[in-house]
Amino acid sequence: MAEQHDVTPEVAQELGGFLEQRREQIAQRWADAALFRTVFTVSRDEAVEACKAVVDALADVACSGRLEDIHAPGFDTVREQLSRMAATRAQAGFSPSQVAGEVAGLRQPAAALLQAEFDDPRAEHAHACALALTVLLGTLRLVVMETTVNSGEALIARQREQLLEVATPVIKLWENIVAVPLIGTLDSARSQVVMESLLEAIVHERARYAILDITGVPTVDSLVAQHLMKTVAAARLMGAHCIVSGIRPAIAQTIVHLGIDLGTITTRAGLADALAYALGQQGIVVSPSPAAGAIPR
Amino acid sequence: MHAPLAPTTHLPIGSDADLAWVRQQVRKTATDLGFGLIQQTKLVTATSELARNTLVHGGGGHVEVTPLRAGHVCGLRLSFVDAGPGIRDLDLAMTDGYTSGGGLGLGLSGAKRLVQELIVDSCPGRGTTVTVTDWASGLPAPRTGTR
Repeated sequence: MAEQHDVTPEVAQELGGFLEQRREQIAQRWADAALFRTVFTVSRDEAVEACKAVVDALADVACSGRLEDIHAPGFDTVREQLSRMAATRAQAGFSPSQVAGEVAGLRQPAAALLQAEFDDPRAEHAHACALALTVLLGTLRLVVMETTVNSGEALIARQREQLLEVATPVIKLWENIVAVPLIGTLDSARSQVVMESLLEAIVHERARYAILDITGVPTVDSLVAQHLMKTVAAARLMGAHCIVSGIRPAIAQTIVHLGIDLGTITTRAGLADALAYALGQQGIVVSPSPAAGAIPR
Repeated sequence: MHAPLAPTTHLPIGSDADLAWVRQQVRKTATDLGFGLIQQTKLVTATSELARNTLVHGGGGHVEVTPLRAGHVCGLRLSFVDAGPGIRDLDLAMTDGYTSGGGLGLGLSGAKRLVQELIVDSCPGRGTTVTVTDWASGLPAPRTGTR
């Protein structure tokens, strides 16, 4: 079995020579394939140029004899282009395996051209060349898959960074009153960012009241409660009074069952209640304007 | 033993991101089984505590999620498995306020109050398995004692 699948260096060289010679024809056919046609939409020439770059890379890899090596230097020239193509397909809603399927679709047109090179397509030598082409395009498929996975991982890492800073805006609600709407999972890294930005805002806004709203926090367990208590304690040291708001009925029951004692913290059901409390503490009275309130019915 | 309603799913617990995923999956499964909002919240919070114990004290492990059925009542069994150092003194570990990891010390004892049944199986040096069972009705199923 092993010798059947082995591609000899001579065959690899011959395949490389074929790819160089038939560069134009292969590129013309590939430009009509879905993979290139849908990505390079400006003009057909652009698609053909992109195809030629890929054919050149494949020829280079074939000549170097490293048909099964996805790290072959020949691929380096097109790696960026391939990852851009894969990204465009992914944006159009195609899964990585569908994109891989489209790459596999490139084999048939090239194989047809290769077959035409031989007087007797059934000869053993012709078979060896066809096999070499199949192996080479299989490697190309792996290269495309690898770039897709890498770009996916880079995207996830970037989004994780973005989440850290996006999700903790400190809002000034009134003179002396700031609020932080907490959203999502409060893991250690996030709660650290929350605490820092709240303490900074307390100094910056000279706030005497700080409202921590947990409406958007799906689960309040003992660790989240501990983070909240630490934040409240730190704010108190800076002379600000903290109010925790957005405590839903289910969360309230859960906190009680868990045995967490929030007795030392001022809590309110909603953000509006917390704001009313903070205003009331400062002796600020908000009343409806006489015009709106004095409609006798 | 109650008949499993669906096959057991294994979820890894190896990082903070895994904890969030486990919480989400348990919440989704509990919703599908007809758990009410309050019970769901309690179960997810207990999950969060126990999964964090698996991560922090057990050095990581996995959770097995099994939907159950007894008559017309649907339930959920969660087994948190780790191969960590184990719990040396279970009574102490179940005491409110006792912690070996710098937390509030309410994880295990609090979780026990949030669910209908919690069983700790631990052997020093050979890891810990905490199994919780909760039934959607709010009341334990009739034959819940036969294990």
